[in-house]
Amino acid sequence: MQGELKCTINGVVHAIDSFSSEPLLFFLRDKIGLRSTRYGCGQGTCGSCTVIIDGEAKMSCETITKDVSGKTIQTAEVFENESDHPLVKSFIEFQAGQCGYCLPGILMASKSLLDKKQNLSRFEIAQALDANLCRCGVHSRILDAIEKAYQLSNEKKGT
Amino acid sequence: MKNQVPKPLLDYPKLGDWLKVTPEKKLVFFSGRVELGQGNITALIMMISDELGIEPEKISLQTARTDMTPNEGFTAGSMSIVHGGQSLRSAVATLRQQILNISASRLGVDAFELNLSNGQILQKGSFCFSIDEVLDQIDLSSEIEAGAKIKEPSQRWVEFREIERVDLLERMTGAPFVHDMIEEGMLFGAPVHPANMYSKLLTLDVIALSKRPGVIKVVQDGSFVGVLATSQRFALEAAEWAREKSEWKEIDGKIENPISHLVSQSHDFEIVSETGDVNKNAGEWHELTVSRPYIFHGSIGPAAAVAKWENERLTVWTHSQGVFQLRDALAGVFEIAEENITVIHKAGSGCYGHNGADDAALDAAILAREVEGIPIKVIWSRYDEFHAAPMGAAMSTKSRAHLDQDGYITAFDVEVTSVPHSSRPGTGGTPNLRSAVLIKNSKLPAKSPDVPAIRGGGAERNAAPSYDFGPVRVKKRLVHDLPFRASALRSLGAYNNVIVNEGLIDEIAHRNGEDPLAFRIKHCVDDRSKELLLRLDSETKRYKENLKESQGWGVGYARYKGISGLCAVFVNVTVDEGVVVDNVVSVSDVGEAISPDGVKNQIEGGIVQSISWTLKEAVKTDGLSTTVDSWFDYPIIKFSEIPSLNTILIERPSEKPLGAAEISQGPAGAAVSNAVRHALGVRITELPITREAIINSLLSNEI
Repeated sequence: MQGELKCTINGVVHAIDSFSSEPLLFFLRDKIGLRSTRYGCGQGTCGSCTVIIDGEAKMSCETITKDVSGKTIQTAEVFENESDHPLVKSFIEFQAGQCGYCLPGILMASKSLLDKKQNLSRFEIAQALDANLCRCGVHSRILDAIEKAYQLSNEKKGT
Repeated sequence: MKNQVPKPLLDYPKLGDWLKVTPEKKLVFFSGRVELGQGNITALIMMISDELGIEPEKISLQTARTDMTPNEGFTAGSMSIVHGGQSLRSAVATLRQQILNISASRLGVDAFELNLSNGQILQKGSFCFSIDEVLDQIDLSSEIEAGAKIKEPSQRWVEFREIERVDLLERMTGAPFVHDMIEEGMLFGAPVHPANMYSKLLTLDVIALSKRPGVIKVVQDGSFVGVLATSQRFALEAAEWAREKSEWKEIDGKIENPISHLVSQSHDFEIVSETGDVNKNAGEWHELTVSRPYIFHGSIGPAAAVAKWENERLTVWTHSQGVFQLRDALAGVFEIAEENITVIHKAGSGCYGHNGADDAALDAAILAREVEGIPIKVIWSRYDEFHAAPMGAAMSTKSRAHLDQDGYITAFDVEVTSVPHSSRPGTGGTPNLRSAVLIKNSKLPAKSPDVPAIRGGGAERNAAPSYDFGPVRVKKRLVHDLPFRASALRSLGAYNNVIVNEGLIDEIAHRNGEDPLAFRIKHCVDDRSKELLLRLDSETKRYKENLKESQGWGVGYARYKGISGLCAVFVNVTVDEGVVVDNVVSVSDVGEAISPDGVKNQIEGGIVQSISWTLKEAVKTDGLSTTVDSWFDYPIIKFSEIPSLNTILIERPSEKPLGAAEISQGPAGAAVSNAVRHALGVRITELPITREAIINSLLSNEI
């Protein structure tokens, strides 16, 4: 029955259709209007639809909506009310983008790393982002920005 | 700074062509350029703001739409700032002088006593009034003065150069793309593109298709099939179902190996430039041939568009590079007057040339025609993107260099064999839109004449090396009628031509026992290029020391189109299982850099994309169409493969801006290719330089 299942997206509870096989990507974009999550390939090969589900970076095109019942989801819209988030600040500081189509997915993948408070080297961060493609060639600035965000959030933790 | 009149100003000479004043006394400027992800709109706002003396936040810039802005042609070829920005500067300089003249007569003083700063009229430094008070007196019908005195470099606001991209935050966390548009009553469309655009539809169960989930209507016109559905998901799923269930008649004329096909041609070359008699002296000649396969644009987001028909008028939202050219092409397809079509630019995923944007716009328009007044959004599938979009052209270039007794290059002769590098909408007088071929009233593309020399040439771009090599001859042979679809991809022929020329230069330096950079510096045409190469030399010495056997270094240099931005790239590589690029140092000179950081971002992006092309990319085909179904079949560079980048910009604020987005692809590809040659001792001449190519090359050299 519709509405029986629920999930929490960016802090708001949403009802889910329990019969639907709809990928989460389309639920987010077209049903509830969270359109920062991008359609890139629909095949789980580019990472532009990456969201955070219960702390883990997942591609929403490969996730069936009813399977996120009871789970907590974050999309890049979480940053709209958090413009001083270390990732947002450092991506702007390094101007780490060109077309920006891949950025919400990359932000979510890097936020899940940052939230886990793992101490990763630049190369380990890069490896963790290998599922996210960028065609404009901004990779180096993106890695600079994520490293800086790590630094900023460690400073925050220290104070 | 010299004031040449840029072409857009000749076409649009009036102040009102470039700006308007709203009833709320806001200034809105018009540009026929479009933001492709490269940051040009931020740079244009900076140029307006600086020229006028008003804060950037107070400026609105309306980019290309056919019912409002000047037609500045395609946003392509690294010309946004060179032409578009310089035109706006002249318009704004005229506006500024007019504001000062109006203010002077109001105050009863001479205009030269006044200054305009931060949106205020100042007399000897003291505030008189805000410019808002005189904006309603501006004469928009006045002509922009050809000699409008734009500011000297010393008068510019240096702090503006640190400006951030105006659109970056929204691209990070919001929904600014045409893919994200929501219009009232909107439906979702999806085309059913066959693998090859000349295929003919044989069978499709239209009734079964119309019963697929969410499908509202099936549209068929000749061999064009598309669906209208209640959601993007249903539209994509129905189109995929239809593609799998439909049968198509394929064309004849398989080309198994495009490069072999190109080089086996026997028709004559055409001489496109000749600066002297290359054969006048007998002596030693050296030659090298390098080829590049078809490659994909590979935007992360597929092509998309929104279209709506109302009262026989069509409105299209698109991420096309040329809204006016798309409008005219659509008018040709639908056989209606151009005035009945409005085309509005809206952001798309990264654009690196003529991609599927225009084709998706036609798909949306064909589908929307069936449902009066209802906006239709089409977002191509990844399949469409890899099968239906134009690709970067396959080509092969042979260069020959003549040496004198002292080992100097004293003549240079280049032969370029290529499919044409541009078949944009309207090129050759035909629409050149994919579905225009499929529909019943079919409009086949004309043979592309390639890009003319006056715009930097297509296949032969940068075939003439950027050095003093004595007489240079460039010959070109275009090959038409391959079953694959190619058009403009960043830097066109320059990428392959710079790789072959710089490779040949390296081979000769090696033969002479000379340092590759020193050999290049000996042949520099001017102090500007010499300074660039000397700087690269001094910045990279430490990367050349203590190399392991599997490591090598290489350089590449070119001045884009012979007259635009200069870029020299150094890389070092480790060749093991495959090639790993460890470090990249580049030195560039783009004349005046409006936003130095924006320029560096473009140059870095060009380098990284070029490394990906050079080491990884080739479109696989079955002889008629591509066989690439997902990114697994077409790997591109990943985060863990990114080298460290040191991007140096030589700033020349008193020189003309020269453009940046396409200057680094050729030099970067050349540097990688030369570094692999240095590490391996053999040269890979068929791109890309994959592990397989290296093994084959080593094996054939052992025999």
